[in-house]
Amino acid sequence: MTGSDYPTLTASTIAARVKDGDSSPVDVVRASFGRARAVGAGPDGLNAILWSDEDESVREAERLRGQLEQGSKAGRFAGVPIAVKDNYATLGLPTTCGSRILAGYISPFEATCVTRLREDGAIIVAKTNMDEFAMGSSTENSAYGPTRNPIDIRRVPGGSSGGSAAAVAAGIVPIALGSETGGSVRQPASFCGIVGVKPTYGRISRYGLVAFASSLDHVSAFARNVDDSALALEVMAGADQRDSTSADVPVPSYRSQFVSRATAVRPLEGVTVGVPREYFPESLDQGIRTLCDRSIEHFRALGAKVRDVSLPHTDLAIPAYYIIAPAEASSNLARYEGVRYGARVDSVDGLRGMYEATRSLGFGPEVTRRIILGTYVLSAGYYDAYYRRAQAVRSLIARDFAQVFADGVDVLFTPTAPSTAFPIGAITDPYEMYLSDIFTVTANLAGIPAMSIPIGRDAGLPVGGQILAKHFGESVMFRAAYALEESLGEDAHR
Amino acid sequence: MSEAYEMVVGLEVHVQLKTRSKAFCGCSTDFGAPPNVNTCPVCLALPGSLPVLNEQAVELATRAAVALGCTVNRRSVFARKNYFYPDLPKGFQISQYDEPLATGGALTIASADGTARKIGITRLHLEEDAGKSIHDRYSGVTAIDLNRSGVPLIEIVSEPDMRSSSEAGGYLRALRQTLQYLDVSDVSMEEGSLRVDANVSARRRGEKKLGTKTEVKNMNSFSGVERALDYEFARQCAILDRGERVTQETLLWDAARGEARVSRSKEESHDYRYFPEPDLRPLILDQAWINGVKAKLPELPEARKKRFVDDLKLAPDEVEKLTAHPDLADYFEALASASGDVRSSANWVMGELLAAVNARGGTIAHFPVRPHDLGLLLKMIQDGVVSHAAAKRIFALMAESGKTAAQVAHDEGLLKVGDDPALTGWIDEVIAEHPDEAKRYLAGEKKLQGVLVGFVMRKSGGRADPKRVNQLLASRASPS
Amino acid sequence: MAVTHDDVRHVAELARVGIDETKLDELVRELNGILVHMEVLSKVDVSSVEPTAGSPAATGGTPLRSDSSGPIPLLAPLESFAPSVRDGFIIVPRLATHDDAVDRAP
Repeated sequence: MTGSDYPTLTASTIAARVKDGDSSPVDVVRASFGRARAVGAGPDGLNAILWSDEDESVREAERLRGQLEQGSKAGRFAGVPIAVKDNYATLGLPTTCGSRILAGYISPFEATCVTRLREDGAIIVAKTNMDEFAMGSSTENSAYGPTRNPIDIRRVPGGSSGGSAAAVAAGIVPIALGSETGGSVRQPASFCGIVGVKPTYGRISRYGLVAFASSLDHVSAFARNVDDSALALEVMAGADQRDSTSADVPVPSYRSQFVSRATAVRPLEGVTVGVPREYFPESLDQGIRTLCDRSIEHFRALGAKVRDVSLPHTDLAIPAYYIIAPAEASSNLARYEGVRYGARVDSVDGLRGMYEATRSLGFGPEVTRRIILGTYVLSAGYYDAYYRRAQAVRSLIARDFAQVFADGVDVLFTPTAPSTAFPIGAITDPYEMYLSDIFTVTANLAGIPAMSIPIGRDAGLPVGGQILAKHFGESVMFRAAYALEESLGEDAHR
Repeated sequence: MSEAYEMVVGLEVHVQLKTRSKAFCGCSTDFGAPPNVNTCPVCLALPGSLPVLNEQAVELATRAAVALGCTVNRRSVFARKNYFYPDLPKGFQISQYDEPLATGGALTIASADGTARKIGITRLHLEEDAGKSIHDRYSGVTAIDLNRSGVPLIEIVSEPDMRSSSEAGGYLRALRQTLQYLDVSDVSMEEGSLRVDANVSARRRGEKKLGTKTEVKNMNSFSGVERALDYEFARQCAILDRGERVTQETLLWDAARGEARVSRSKEESHDYRYFPEPDLRPLILDQAWINGVKAKLPELPEARKKRFVDDLKLAPDEVEKLTAHPDLADYFEALASASGDVRSSANWVMGELLAAVNARGGTIAHFPVRPHDLGLLLKMIQDGVVSHAAAKRIFALMAESGKTAAQVAHDEGLLKVGDDPALTGWIDEVIAEHPDEAKRYLAGEKKLQGVLVGFVMRKSGGRADPKRVNQLLASRASPS
Repeated sequence: MAVTHDDVRHVAELARVGIDETKLDELVRELNGILVHMEVLSKVDVSSVEPTAGSPAATGGTPLRSDSSGPIPLLAPLESFAPSVRDGFIIVPRLATHDDAVDRAP
């Protein structure tokens, strides 16, 4: 392998070359670290990567090379360098969730999805920066400093999985794990001009994904194209006895269902694309609207039927989300008190003082804000008015989707985010920041699969188009995304 | 003063379930392991870990629920009970809140006047235990052991149906007995596998409305519960007599001082912020499965008592003793079957066996002389091979040595002696040692025969065959 | 329903996050700024639906684990990640009162 073509290679190409003996996993891993240095992935540059250990990654690649030479079967990700968001439990590298409270913590067990990637030959090369405990939409809330967008380093990469998005966009890795609670992969994918996919809730085990809001959290992935993103799901998806909410539903071969322009004149014949009007408000940025309209024309040209639809409860999603997510977070983050792991801050006031000192110094302002908000909405006298009501509204939002899909719509198409990447420091009001997720939180609330693919640029900045499908409808979602990606071609990036 | 008032008690009982592994992870529930050895990512609440429910915990909880006459809900929901404590690793306990496993049962107890009283059971739900905080091991710090963290518990909440401390004690004893028969728990208050919190209030006799209740915690025996209730009831009566009002609060029983003190913990700590546990789906039970658990229920105390009275013709007070613990009742039934003699089996179990078990300090289940072995001894009595007196010695030696009854009897020379030369020798000695009685007997004073037989028996160490001794003595006496 | 300074102090205590009094004004303002947007929920007719418990995608009953399934191994000992361990015990500062030590669930 030549170092120079590495940043453009897809995961499936790397795995094929490694399998065929054309590339050594060791060279691939070295190329990844070389690229990270070249683009300045560390704290002084993009600040995309928090923890890595080149020597250990190279040793792992050497072990893999040895196994392959011994005749072991090459996995689907043989030799593919993968970066992992810092909220997945990984052996060897720290797991801090971008928080001071977990400074230095190394997990004594590994996330199921990470294990599955490794079992298919992937080499974990980095833990990536993120908004603390995944609370944020810009990766500015990390205790380890903000991540910068490789397209324009004055801008945010989106968040909360900004480090992983930047690592893929900068060519450091072809695949990276992000996580989603309200759009934390699709929105940064949109901001960085790459593909981000969040499957159905339960499709991939959450075991080892550090919980933010358990009923909204999803293991999700970034890739440079749709094919790689589908491959990532094929490797990671499937039931896991360690996650009671993982689904015992067979994992289809998504990629074998792709239909290319090369073999069909109308690859999306028989597919109905719904365009929900609530996602195209009057106030929508004109550049984003124009690019979405162009994609819709492509869908028509690809043979899909395009239909206007309505999801009437969409405007309730952000309020419901910002009750449910902080409520669950306030409970999920109670375990960080300095007793069993992480950074303990001692106090003169005994145990109670240690708790408060550890938590007030360990958590940043956004996490603290959400813990307070979440505790408040669950506290005596407010539960019914806030949490219970928000969960009822969540049912309405899920029902909106169910009705549209039951009515013959196969996929929905919307903009991924209401804006392109904004300058670092531009948004200071918490609620204004929350509105970055306005088009993405609905899929997390309903638990349906959703992905973002690049559909063009507005004033030089990437814009993502979002494709959603019904529960466990990943096949048709990927198929539509693949066809649109192929049809847009280079236009997706200009 | 307290005669004017009536005590109203409801009890919340926590019971550890006898499973091999914890409620939400595969760690062992064994006691006595070194600290924090039985822990894993889940029960240490490491970041990223998730709970998975133990099916045996569900089965044992369901067994208890159906035995207590509860309706087992086809759907129940786990909820998080949020509070901070260093031995509660997640910062919340997984419990059940507004949709519990089971509701609406009852337990029948005997009240003071002997009549049966039904105590309502409000609900029974499944939850997990916390770890242990040890405050007295190291100076200035608290030591945390999380081996118990995540052990499955059921909480059984009664209606406020009890009217005296002795009724509360009766309820607890009946509940413990039922759970022992179900084999769902070790139910030992001393070892902490059964814990009791009491809600108690006082109201004027005849009054329908409930008074303000207080919660009393920290009792470590059933008698402690009774004493704590009497103490707290008297305290509340005194408050009411002064025309003051009882404050709803939590009190901690201090067994050493025999008093309950108001807990100083803050009110805010009771805002548990319950919400449905999003890491678990609802517990859905199949009605056929619930029916199956019901069909497989072991015989419960009431049924066993009735059978012992009806079929075995035992007296009610004997039956109470014999059925107190299922292991004792099992022992008795096995012994009766091995010996073929219900009457003497009952006597032996209530007498020699219980005394020996209590003296050893162990349990019936671990007592070295098993029913089959004791049955053989009882058969030797029936066959006239050993005397009653010798049998008691043999039994004691069996428990000590682990030998069979026949071996002990042989080794210790405790078989009955029936051969005439040996018996004649003892009779001659007795006549020589008790010349006065012998003379009167031989002269025809027949009522003295029993006394002389007794002397012979004592001389023989219980081995002489009393029947033959009687015959030999009679043949020497002058006909009257 | 506006949040007061006392509400925030109370909730911060419940959540064991020490709040600097100098930051209280800002926090109260921010929370009210967020909660004002939640008021729309109170006007929604939710009579036709049940609140979801967990994700709407997670249907069916919770899976059950065999009692003999065995623990997930810890690949590094407690001492490697716990801040203070002595004789296998996790050590924390002593609780303030005896009451705190016993008055608790379960």
